[in-house]
Amino acid sequence: MENEKILAQMPDQTKEERAVKGASALTRLKNRFGLHTARDVLEFSVHGFFFLCGFLAVACVLFISVYLVVSGLPAMLEIGVADFLLGDTWTARQGQFGILPFILTSVAGTGGAILIGVPVGVLTAMFLAKVANNKVAAVIRSAVSLLAGIPSVVYGLVGMVVLVPAVQQAFGLSSGANLLSAIVVLAVMILPSIINVAETSLRAVPKEYEEASLALGATHIETIFRVSLPAARSGVATSIVLGVGRAIGEAMAIIMVSGNVANMPGSLFTPVRFLTTAITSEMNYAPAGSLWKESLFSIGLVLFLFIMLINVILNVFIKNKKEG
Amino acid sequence: MNMKKRILALCMAGLMAVGVLAGCSNNGDGADNTGSPDPSQSQSQPADLSGSVTTLGSTSMDSVMNTLAEQFGLDNPGVTVSVEGGGSSAGVEAASNGTADIGLASRALKDEEKEQGLVETVLALDGIAIIVNADNGVADLTVEQIASIFTGEVTNWSELGGSDLEIACYGREAGSGTRDGFESITGTEDTCVLDQELTSTGAVIEAVRSNPNAIGYASLSAVEGQEGIKAITVGGVECSEATVLDGTYQIQRPFVLVTKEGVDLTPAAQAFFDWATSAAAADLIRSAGAVPVAE
Repeated sequence: MENEKILAQMPDQTKEERAVKGASALTRLKNRFGLHTARDVLEFSVHGFFFLCGFLAVACVLFISVYLVVSGLPAMLEIGVADFLLGDTWTARQGQFGILPFILTSVAGTGGAILIGVPVGVLTAMFLAKVANNKVAAVIRSAVSLLAGIPSVVYGLVGMVVLVPAVQQAFGLSSGANLLSAIVVLAVMILPSIINVAETSLRAVPKEYEEASLALGATHIETIFRVSLPAARSGVATSIVLGVGRAIGEAMAIIMVSGNVANMPGSLFTPVRFLTTAITSEMNYAPAGSLWKESLFSIGLVLFLFIMLINVILNVFIKNKKEG
Repeated sequence: MNMKKRILALCMAGLMAVGVLAGCSNNGDGADNTGSPDPSQSQSQPADLSGSVTTLGSTSMDSVMNTLAEQFGLDNPGVTVSVEGGGSSAGVEAASNGTADIGLASRALKDEEKEQGLVETVLALDGIAIIVNADNGVADLTVEQIASIFTGEVTNWSELGGSDLEIACYGREAGSGTRDGFESITGTEDTCVLDQELTSTGAVIEAVRSNPNAIGYASLSAVEGQEGIKAITVGGVECSEATVLDGTYQIQRPFVLVTKEGVDLTPAAQAFFDWATSAAAADLIRSAGAVPVAE
């Protein structure tokens, strides 16, 4: 626009002169970005492409966040935030939208998985980092990475065919698909992330700490528990939060073993439904545009907030780790 | 510059030529297809049918409708029949507001729906089999007993003449056509106390197969020929095509095509409707697992 104004003020300029002006404007632009040669131009455009790729991730996150809020919030407000979050009955067809059973189940399931998975995972990490000889460690480590690579639907399938009947037999129940089975499956699923991160942080503990402890007369095991573990605590904490994140977002594996009935998680043997599975099991059926469908998006929003919270906690741990 | 334009023009001309040729070959194929079907088919169907037919509704009717749609598409190459889910109520609504040519409902129309001018045409009947593990000693239950099992009043097989095992009730998730059918027939709408909600008929059968305590429900067609489970008799009547058709087997429901009175179907939709409800489609319906009503 400004260029045109300037050109308009200089009516006696010939076409050629204008072209020269335009060219020099381009040159000025080039100079401003330091694009003196063709190489610089290529460099600049590749930079731009990289930026676009990076921006894609940001755009996706922004889009999903905004979409979830826009599609999930109205239903939540219509139902009433308190009724939605604290209501204890979910029968969407009768217009009862209380997701407290799902929230408590997700919390209980994740908590249970952490109770089992963290001791096993952290002890495995200690073993790998400090105790095992190289050959044994290599075998275990590749087994752990295989465990991480197994698709979650396979966990669910094996859980359904093997674990559910086993739980039923072991506890003399009428049906083995319940909270306990889901916790066991989740505990196994979060092991790889806990082991990997905890092992890395245990390995990063300076040798001098341990040597000093050994020199003071502590045994090897005493050293691991009293010196290495406390020194690596922020890394271990990070691994736990990662495990929580994995467990709370899992759907496919637990839909097949948890029973998938919207009950309050009264005991380990109650068939239950998680936040994630509440969405997946009814999304196909809820008519488009109904409060039922919108409320499923609201569940998604609640789940999203949970995971955001976990990410914030994770960031705090990582920050602490850098400072300490 | 001119050179480039010329090349571009040549390319465009080439593309057009290919397009024209492709058009020719398509027409040729079309002529071949309409010529080949056996005479009985081409007599019952006008040869110049074209367009698309949309059907929408009960997911329980998926397999029947997909089988019919596929065959109708083969017989009439100009017509595509689409089958969409959404549930019986969505099907009724679609027929009512015209978003689909034919609505699909796996239940009889309610009175207030009929008052809106909707017309039901029974396409087929669907029997819902009550299945238990093959090791279960109980062979017969009444509808009332089944209802009391699923509402949690009866919790042990010994109360029903079986062995001393706690009963595990396996059902489908809310919104499933089979669940809807089962609960409406047994009068247990939203009072069922389930031990597990599964997301497919196959999963229910699998769960019942692996648990001697279990009872579940599934479409008659899905249960036939399955090992490790058995369909129990209801009120002394075995669940089979014959007993569903003569109405003695109680746990059954109709598959209904819903149309609106006074609204003319498109020629293609009308042809599909007539064909689907005629005896010509009976074997296809049977092969898809439902019981055809047309003689």
